[in-house]
Amino acid sequence: MKGWRPPAPFLLLLPAVLVLAAVVIIPLILSLYSSFTPFRLTQPASLYTFVGFRNYARILTDLEFWTAFGRTVLLLTVALNVEMLLGLGLAMLVEKATRGQRLLRTIMMFPMMFSPILVGFQFKFMFNDNIGLVNNALQSLGLTNQAIPWLIDGSLAFFAILVAEVWSSTSVFAILILAGLLAMPKEPIEAARVDGCTPWQTFRYVTWPFIMPFAYIAMTIRSLDVARAYDIVKIMTDGGPAKRTELLWTLVSRTAYADARMGLANAMAYVAILLSIVFTVYFFRKLSAARTQIAAEW
Amino acid sequence: MATVSLEKLVKRYGSLEVVHGIDLEVADREFIALVGPSGCGKSTTLRMIAGLEPVSGGNLKIGGRVVNDLPPRARNLAMVFQSYALYPHMTVRENMGFSLKIAGQKPEEIAPQVEEAARTLDLTHLLDRRPSQLSGGQRQRVAMGRAIVRQPDVFLFDEPLSNLDAKLRTQMRVEIKKLHAKVQSTVIYVTHDQVEAMTLADRIVIMRDGYIEQVGTPEDVFQRPHSKFVAGFIGSPPMNLKDAEIADGQVVFANGDRLPLPARFKDRVTAGQKVTFGLRPDDLYPTGHGIHSGEDADVHRQDLRVILTEPLGNETLVFSDFAGAEWVGRMLNPRRLSPGEALPFCFDLSQAHLFDRESGRTLRG
Ligand SMILES: Nc1ncnc2c1ncn2[C@@H]1O[C@H](COP(=O)(O)OP(=O)(O)O)[C@@H](O)[C@H]1O
Ligand SMILES: [Mg+2]
Repeated sequence: MKGWRPPAPFLLLLPAVLVLAAVVIIPLILSLYSSFTPFRLTQPASLYTFVGFRNYARILTDLEFWTAFGRTVLLLTVALNVEMLLGLGLAMLVEKATRGQRLLRTIMMFPMMFSPILVGFQFKFMFNDNIGLVNNALQSLGLTNQAIPWLIDGSLAFFAILVAEVWSSTSVFAILILAGLLAMPKEPIEAARVDGCTPWQTFRYVTWPFIMPFAYIAMTIRSLDVARAYDIVKIMTDGGPAKRTELLWTLVSRTAYADARMGLANAMAYVAILLSIVFTVYFFRKLSAARTQIAAEW
Repeated sequence: MATVSLEKLVKRYGSLEVVHGIDLEVADREFIALVGPSGCGKSTTLRMIAGLEPVSGGNLKIGGRVVNDLPPRARNLAMVFQSYALYPHMTVRENMGFSLKIAGQKPEEIAPQVEEAARTLDLTHLLDRRPSQLSGGQRQRVAMGRAIVRQPDVFLFDEPLSNLDAKLRTQMRVEIKKLHAKVQSTVIYVTHDQVEAMTLADRIVIMRDGYIEQVGTPEDVFQRPHSKFVAGFIGSPPMNLKDAEIADGQVVFANGDRLPLPARFKDRVTAGQKVTFGLRPDDLYPTGHGIHSGEDADVHRQDLRVILTEPLGNETLVFSDFAGAEWVGRMLNPRRLSPGEALPFCFDLSQAHLFDRESGRTLRG
């Protein structure tokens, strides 16, 4: 028997291809396909009913979805800006430190070492209206004598989530910007001072253009993070009260597992991923523009 | 246009004092060169003048006004850095116009000034490039252009040519000299290269370990060094400096070789005094191949054995053996010499120097 033998490279790559297919490609195709069906976990047969773009059409007019979408974008915008400012401030302070800079850098990374679930629990406790640290502190300082319903009022809960997010991830900005500051040549700053710049002008015209690419890298990383924000919210409010802190991914998971409407949930997930891609592309554009500007060699 | 005065200027880093109370008066429009070996405090001094380093003690005056605590922007000076320190994200045009923009001038006022400076420095065709697209020499010129555009009271240069190759360095040296003639500003120029200092400066300040060793015109520091250090630092190749003792009205070297005591030191030394004898290569030459310092030159003749020669074309450096050491001489209208050859040399003793061996100070009045 003269059997056909596949070429060696093909054979050698085959295991990798099989593993990739099993864990990435097939689930991806399956989920994409299921977003075109009315698939419910409780009715497996519904997986075979093809409904075209009905799920997507439904999302387009779904107020709940767009509210969660808008809230996610809002959280992303506010969190990224606040983290950017705080991270920049932190990085500049640490860069000024003449002693113990290494220690400060390590301490700065602590929040990143905690699981987001733990951060969620921690802040849930701190913002608790009865026994929380925040109310306790406010009352002791005499700033208020009421128990502020942090996690119960919609916008206060949003604020509490924002604080938790910012606390846990400002260090991403701080570390990347610090890396930029440390890599920056010192002479242009001195040249700017001699050229007549005030400290603010020196920052604005010399330091900032230089660290901008580093800030954009942090933005890219963090925009992906926040666009898929789930764990902290899940723990702190679970999208509540009355869906007033619902974000994209808490909505997706509720639709998928609580309502068991997997097809619709998958469609939502693909729209959400689109959002992430848009942000990533946007920040990458900014990054490469900023890099060309400072003629970076990387 | 301004004078600069340093009065007992001190710089400390923590408990480490690196500039020890130096005094210096720089006249308006003067070109001053600060020279000295690496680490002697030249940059530190310059940076204090610029306002980039706080003054730890003494007074710093620019145009008669004490500026110790003024930030750099209030001092109206321009500085050219060794690494050029161009703004990497700005074009040449923006780099050069930056200080004017900061000063609040309008773009249409800035443009002609930048273009004028670019013409002077032959940078017109590069105005829209970024620093990363320029060669070292071009970056250097942009750095100078940026300084000129500011029209400062005082120009500060910190080893501006040390990153250039030898040819470009010579060329830029001439450019800087022309520039000073044109802009007529006060210039303080730091270099470790004594040739740059000699060719450019009106006066040279020689620094060593945070002290000023000597201040003087190039002729001064070359012909009348106050100390052994200055004598050895200025001049290339360096002055021959050999330890000796005074005995029987002669200069006696360690191995017993002798030279007559130069006439001008007769009354200034005592028998048994430990000295360092100094003679420049120009004043030690094979007979017939050098120039006496004058008709009444006090020339001592002696046969020396040649160890090694370095032909430079128009002249040859001759290393010869005397008093158990190697002495450098300069041979004009050179002919070929072979190592080991003995030939008559002239020591022009009227140009010789004697320094106290302990203190290193000159023994001349
Ligand atoms: N930031 C600093 N901290 C401590 N010592 C310094 C600092 N900057 C310079 N020095 C010391 O001051 C001395 C003079 O330095 P510098 O002025 O740079 O010398 P140079 O004459 O080569 O320009 C050197 O011994 C140097 O080690
Ligand atoms: Mg230096």
